[in-house]
Amino acid sequence: MSLTEAAAGSPSARVIQTGLLHTSGAENARQRFVQNFAQHRRERRMQWVIGLCVLILLIGVSAVLGEVDLVHLWKRLPRFASYFGRMVPEIAWATLWVDLARWYWNVSVWLAALWQTILIAIYATLLGVVFGYVASFFAARNLSPGSKSIFISRRIMETARTVPELVFAVLFVYSFGLGPLAGVLAIGLHSMGALGKLFADVAENTDLEQVKGVRSTGASWAQTMVFGATPQVLPDYLSYALLRFEINVRAASILGFVGAGGIGQELYTAVKSFHHTDISAIALMLLVAVIAIDSFCSWLRGRIIGRDNLRAI
Amino acid sequence: MRQPLPDQNTALAAADINQAAPAAKPWREQRPDLYPRTGLAAWRSYLMASVVLVLFFLGLDELEITVERLLHGFGKLGEVFGLMVPPESKGRTLVYLAAIAETVAMAFIGTFVASLLALPLALMGARNVMPFGLVRLFVRRSSDVVRGLDSLIWAIFFVSIVGLGPFAGILAIVMIDTGILTKLYAEALENTDSEQTKGVRATGAGRLQTLLFGVLPQVLPVFLANSLYFVESNVRSATILGVVGAGGIGFFLMDRMMISAWREVALIILLVLATVAVIDTLSRWLRNRLIGQTVTVRA
Repeated sequence: MSLTEAAAGSPSARVIQTGLLHTSGAENARQRFVQNFAQHRRERRMQWVIGLCVLILLIGVSAVLGEVDLVHLWKRLPRFASYFGRMVPEIAWATLWVDLARWYWNVSVWLAALWQTILIAIYATLLGVVFGYVASFFAARNLSPGSKSIFISRRIMETARTVPELVFAVLFVYSFGLGPLAGVLAIGLHSMGALGKLFADVAENTDLEQVKGVRSTGASWAQTMVFGATPQVLPDYLSYALLRFEINVRAASILGFVGAGGIGQELYTAVKSFHHTDISAIALMLLVAVIAIDSFCSWLRGRIIGRDNLRAI
Repeated sequence: MRQPLPDQNTALAAADINQAAPAAKPWREQRPDLYPRTGLAAWRSYLMASVVLVLFFLGLDELEITVERLLHGFGKLGEVFGLMVPPESKGRTLVYLAAIAETVAMAFIGTFVASLLALPLALMGARNVMPFGLVRLFVRRSSDVVRGLDSLIWAIFFVSIVGLGPFAGILAIVMIDTGILTKLYAEALENTDSEQTKGVRATGAGRLQTLLFGVLPQVLPVFLANSLYFVESNVRSATILGVVGAGGIGFFLMDRMMISAWREVALIILLVLATVAVIDTLSRWLRNRLIGQTVTVRA
C-alpha cells in the first residue's frame, strides 16, 4: 500500500480535502466580499456625486433667484465697517458721564419702550400658555375626548404657528388699532400654536394609570385633565413656556416695525434716519435685556426640571 | 417630638397599615400639603394671589388693553376675514410664485453659507476641541450677541448697507444662523462620546486625524439634521423679511395689506402655508434618508 493510496482513503485525507475546500470557500467569500464592497463603494460614491451635483445646482439656482452678487458685496465691504463703525459713540475717559449722557440722550423713552416690549412678551406668553394648555389635551391622542377634536385642534395649531407673528401683527393692527394690544394678540396666537404642539407631545407621554384613577372617581373629562394629567405634565409645560418667553422677547422687539408696540418702533426710526449712535444705544439695551432674560430663564428651567434634563430639550 | 416633614414615601408607608405610627396623628397633621391652608398660611396665599392679580391688571392697563377695544377689534377682525374670501390673484399668481421661489432660495442659500461658516466657528468654540479658553469665550459670546438680535433687525442693517433686495435678506439669515448654528454645533461637539475619540487616538492618530475620524463622524448627523431643520425654519422667517425690503414674498404681503387688498392677502398666506408644508415634508423625508434615524433637534 503506497503512501498516497493510504492517504487517499484515510480520514486524514478527507480532512485535508475538506480543509482545501474550506480554504477555497474562504477565498470565494473573500472575493465576493471584495466585489460587494467595491460595488457598494461605487454606489455610495455615485450617490455622493449625484447629491453633490444636486446641491451645487440648487445653490446656483438659489444664488440667481436671491440676486447674490459677490462683486457688489466686495464693493460694499467697506460700508460694513463704516456702518457699524459709525455706531460706536465718541466716549472719552475724561468726559465719560457727559458722553454717556449724550449717547443715551433719550434713555427714558427707550427704557419705557423696552419695558413695553418685555410686557408684551409676558402677556403673549401667558395667552399662549393658557390656550396651548387647553388645546394640548384636545390634541393629545391618548387624552383627547374624540378623534375629531384631535384633528381640529391640530390643524388650528399648525396654522397658528406657520403664519409668522408679523403677519398676524399687521392684521391685528388693522383691526385693533396701533399699539401693543395687536402685538400681544399676534405673538400670543403664534405661541398658542407652537406651545400647543410641544405640550401635546408631552401630554401623549403621560402615565394613563393616574388619569384612569382620577377618572374612576367619577370626575368629568375636564376634571380628569386638571387633576389627573396636569400634575404629571406641569414641569415640562413650565419649562417650554419659559423657553417660549425667551423667544417671545425677541419677537416682541420687532413688532414696532409694523406699529404693534415695543422697542422696534424706536429702532426702526433710528435706522431709517441714519442716527447711528441711537441704533447702537437701543440695540445694546435690547441685547442686555435679552441676554439677562435668557440666563434668568435657563436658571429657572434648571430649577424646575433639573439640570440633566435641560440638555434634552 | 415632631418628626421632620415626612416625605411622600414615609408618609404613605406610615399611613399604609397604621403600624409605623401607633398613635396615628390626624391626616391633616401628617400631610398638611394635601389640605386647604388655614390661618396665617391661608391669608398669605390670598395676599399673594391678590398681588398677582393687581399686577396683572396693572400690566393690562399699561398695554392699553380694554374690553371695549377687544370687542371692537374682534368685530373688525371678523369683517377682515369676511373680506378675504374668496382668495383671488388678479392675474399675479406667477409674480407671487416667483417671490415664493425667491423666499425659499434665500432660506436655502442662507442656511448653507451659515452652516459652512458655523463649522469652523463651532470647532473653535467647543471645549474638547479648542484648548484656548479665551478663543472659546470670544466665539461663544459673539454668537450670543448675534443671536440676541432678531433676524429682522439684522435685515434692516443690511438693507442700509447693501440696498433693498433679497441679498440683504440672505446676509441677515447668514448672520443670525451662523450665531445659532455655532452654538448648536459646539454643544453637539461637546456632547460627543470621548471613548470613541480615545480609541482613534490610541491607534496613533494625530490631533487633526482624531478630529476627522473620532469626533466628526459622531456629530455630522446632528449637524446635518440641524441645518436641514434650519432651512425649514428659515423659509418661515424669510417670508417676513420682505416687510423691511429684504426680498421675498413678504414685500407683496405687506404691500397688499397696506392697500387692504384682503383677497390677495388671503391667497398669499395660503401660498405660504402650502410652501411651508411642502418644504417641511421634503426636509423630513431628506432627514430620514440621510440620517436614517431621528436625531433630536433643539430649536
